[in-house]
Amino acid sequence: MSEETGIVKIALVSCGSEYSGVQPEFEAAAAEVNAKFVYPEIDVAGLDNIGREFGLEVASGDLRLMMARAKAVVEGTTHVDGVFITTCFRCAEGAIVRNEVRRYIHKHSNIPVISYSFTERTTAGTLLTRLEALTTVARRRHLLAREVQTGLTAGIDSGSTTTKAVVMRDNEIIGSGWVPTTKVLESAEEAYSLALKEAGVSRDEIQALGTTGYGRFLIGDHFNAQLIQEEITVNSKGAVYLADCQTGPATVIDIGGMDNKAISVDDGIPGMFTMGGICAGASGRFFEMISKRLGVDITELGALAVKGMQEKVTMNSYCIVFGIQSLVNSLAKGAVPEDVAAAACYSVVEQIFEQQLQEVDVKEPLILVGGSSLIEGVPKALGDLLKIDVLVPKSSHLIGAVGAALLASGYVEE
Amino acid sequence: MAKVFIYPVNSLILADLVERFGHKPLAVMNQVREKVTNISLDSPPVNITPEDPKVGLRYAAVEVPPGVRGRMALIGPLIEDAEAAIIVEAPPVNFGCVGCNRTNELMKYIVRSKDIPILELRYPETEENAPEFMYKIAAFLESLPREEEK
Repeated sequence: MSEETGIVKIALVSCGSEYSGVQPEFEAAAAEVNAKFVYPEIDVAGLDNIGREFGLEVASGDLRLMMARAKAVVEGTTHVDGVFITTCFRCAEGAIVRNEVRRYIHKHSNIPVISYSFTERTTAGTLLTRLEALTTVARRRHLLAREVQTGLTAGIDSGSTTTKAVVMRDNEIIGSGWVPTTKVLESAEEAYSLALKEAGVSRDEIQALGTTGYGRFLIGDHFNAQLIQEEITVNSKGAVYLADCQTGPATVIDIGGMDNKAISVDDGIPGMFTMGGICAGASGRFFEMISKRLGVDITELGALAVKGMQEKVTMNSYCIVFGIQSLVNSLAKGAVPEDVAAAACYSVVEQIFEQQLQEVDVKEPLILVGGSSLIEGVPKALGDLLKIDVLVPKSSHLIGAVGAALLASGYVEE
Repeated sequence: MAKVFIYPVNSLILADLVERFGHKPLAVMNQVREKVTNISLDSPPVNITPEDPKVGLRYAAVEVPPGVRGRMALIGPLIEDAEAAIIVEAPPVNFGCVGCNRTNELMKYIVRSKDIPILELRYPETEENAPEFMYKIAAFLESLPREEEK
């Protein structure tokens, strides 16, 4: 594969996604990022013993096939640039194999891997960000090696809830803008203008611009961005840059307005990652609703939570509706707002722990970013749950914009 | 001639045996052939669309993974058609394998729930056991009614 333009070969290691009606969606997402799925060749006769060899004996033939294909990838029998491991959602046997195969590839090779559990409703759009991140790691390693921002660059992160923009010069943030996302383009214009104004520079002076977030393609086209990049790559880079942990392992957790990302990073390059998003109950949106119900501004929720005790309130934020129900019930029983706020923070990090961190090996330092990292109760709850120190770097809420400005500076020299 | 459901459902050897004894094998290969030659669809490699797991709801609830229901959309109608069945347990993968053991469990259960003659036997582990294995299948197929008898 040639860098930047070549087709990225991704090994599809699945339990039989072709029987689930989602294969065309997989193919469409791959085509969108100029990637192609390949099926590592294996010896069929070896399938009967692969479970014993792998150490995980399972009854399903296609799960044994997954192990055999993973082995073919690791041993180099089939050359691939990345691996996409996927099994049916709600299948326990599949989930066990998916996890162990992912760990096996990660342990025995440097090939980027993502894993995903699909339903028949999985769409290409859902997979796009994940595959874009996977292909970026394979295709743009030179860009990801960048550790210092140079020149005058800008980054815009068009998120689901807020739009962030920064202007950077010679490795310093000199201007930033942070506005709620309403109309994607208008919000981006507003945030960018605020950042430019604070930096005291004009648009024409910006040497390179990077965009990320849900609206990255739209705003990227609008502003003629040099770099349009998904948020897994950008946020990994931004997090280790801001936390000054650019070499060695790190774990990045980004609690966004609509979904969360847990990313295992090595030397600033994302390895394993998961994107949550089953329910908004584990996202910034939940905090917004909790704040509203408690009658406090979201900026005050964190301080409130730090004063409270989560143990006093039972809250299940797996679903945002049930989460709010728990809140209403607790308040009706006389719970104080401090405890409710603390319980909300704990509930969100507990869900991230249960649903996402099981698939990502947590290695210190743990860097918490995204707007929710500013709610003091969140890093506290996460640290309490994982029993490790949680690092919240300065400007953690601007993570995507900073990462985009940093990576975009690679285009200044070009 | 009896319509004989075979398990593993894609076993070429079993399908061939059933045919040799003058019966019709109900194998998944025919279903897949029908799918892939249907020019109105374009969902490679086996033309399973999101509609198929919905068809599979006839056999398994919505909590059951789509891979099981998609497979059942192909296999379920075969079981409904079956007048007899041969189930070979613990075969090596190259004898036939549908890939998903939850599907295996479900289809065997549905077959056993039907009031039809069923031969259940284990795949022979040694060469000495192979003739007996073949004999049992042959005897079972011989015992099934042929066209004229029906």
